[in-house]
Amino acid sequence: MTSELGPPRDADASAVVEKAKLLKGQSDAVNITDNQTAIVRMSSIAAAKLLIDEGLEPVVQMTCRDRNRLAMQADILGAAALGVKNLLCLTGDHQKFGDHPQAKGVWDLDSIQLIQMAKMMRDEKKLMGGQEMAVAPELFIGAAENPFADPFELRARRLAKKVAAGAQFIQTQIVYNVPKFEKWMDEVRSLGLDKQVYIMAGISPLKSAGMAKYMKNNVPGMDVPDEYIERMTAAKDAGRSPKEEGIAIAVELIERMKTIPGIAGVHVMAIEWEEAVPTIVGNAGLFPRP
Amino acid sequence: MIVGQRKPIDEIYAMITANDIKKLLLGGCGTCVTISFAGGEKEVAELAAALELKAKTDGRALEVTQLTPLRQCEPEYTQEMSDAVKGADAVLSLSCGVGVQTLAAEFPGVRVLPGVNTMMLGSHSPDRLFVEYCGACGDCVLAETGGVCPIVRCSKSMLNGPCGGSVNGKCEVSPDIDCGWQLIFDKLNELNLGQTWDEVKPARDWRPSWHGGPRRVQQ
Repeated sequence: MTSELGPPRDADASAVVEKAKLLKGQSDAVNITDNQTAIVRMSSIAAAKLLIDEGLEPVVQMTCRDRNRLAMQADILGAAALGVKNLLCLTGDHQKFGDHPQAKGVWDLDSIQLIQMAKMMRDEKKLMGGQEMAVAPELFIGAAENPFADPFELRARRLAKKVAAGAQFIQTQIVYNVPKFEKWMDEVRSLGLDKQVYIMAGISPLKSAGMAKYMKNNVPGMDVPDEYIERMTAAKDAGRSPKEEGIAIAVELIERMKTIPGIAGVHVMAIEWEEAVPTIVGNAGLFPRP
Repeated sequence: MIVGQRKPIDEIYAMITANDIKKLLLGGCGTCVTISFAGGEKEVAELAAALELKAKTDGRALEVTQLTPLRQCEPEYTQEMSDAVKGADAVLSLSCGVGVQTLAAEFPGVRVLPGVNTMMLGSHSPDRLFVEYCGACGDCVLAETGGVCPIVRCSKSMLNGPCGGSVNGKCEVSPDIDCGWQLIFDKLNELNLGQTWDEVKPARDWRPSWHGGPRRVQQ
């Protein structure tokens, strides 16, 4: 069970430490996002070091959008030197979504090539240019996959490419459409991938009906069935707390994930709502962590 | 072809006034930008009339001469502009950037201004929508991708796409943009090559592309 921490949009180390304290003992490891949705935030590696100092296990997210292979290798070495062991390799959202749409996107590598590079650094003790390393980074290499993007028939096959490249764990896009996710997992199992890689289902508590609608309509590759939007609306209309309903839905989704063969865990993304994680983990019966 | 898009008239007019140009040679190009409706004879005539009218309204003297050689990118054709260039304060080229630079090289001491933004290498549909097809990357991979370029038709130039933002055949960047990797996969399937998609494509050597310094080709 992993959770997620979004670093601040300024240089405030205490903001990271406060969030780290909320998540300590609440999950096995904590992802640190890397300029998530192309919005500039404190470096994921710097924030990860702050987490290590607080006694947490960080998963550093790294996208291919902002750095070329030189910078990514330098950062992987630096992260490893600071004690980071987990690396999540992502292609990255396009810069048009963020706060610097004027920026030049890099994409020297894509996520699959980043996985290959990280594996080469670890297993062959070599930089991509061929330079041998006396001390190689010890890495647990992860990747993401989105079962809800198109074309659907490539989504399990793309996971297979990531596994072939060297991914050891997978954190999926946020799951709301469980039947579609189950169909994807059927294909994943038929390819035998669940035996080769740890697959963690993405879970995110909804805060409001508005958030659910926004995700459904404005975030490419997000699939939010109407039933959840209706439940969030009904909670508000009945004078109940939409946030509590969102947490209840998240817990239900985790319970359903537990029944799907091949699912190794869940990745809980409480976006700018890290304090929701302990309740979700507790109500889902996932304590103690780690 | 090279696809151009004429700069807004206000930007062009501002270049003319900033450089205090009274006699302007407006140079079109009879090849790519003619086909892309940006800088052929017709566009040159329209722009000349518009600039003269604007100057007249402003009470500013501006005389525009028009000339459209077959190609501005070849000195052989730009020679026919020699006399007209001599009588002008500046040349405003409606060619692509290659034409602008060829004129600048061929006519020392002459101010050459760009009237067109060079957009891309592309093709078009009957409704005049031009779409980027080729990035002139110097290391063609079209044999592996069903004749659809991943370098420019995928917004992230991925070699192992589609990313998680592909929805209903469209790119996450805009519903107006087709997902390049959906197009590639459809073409591969059409050619019974769908299984080749499963091969992991390693990192690319970008030196032949835009990262080895200005490129030269000796034939």
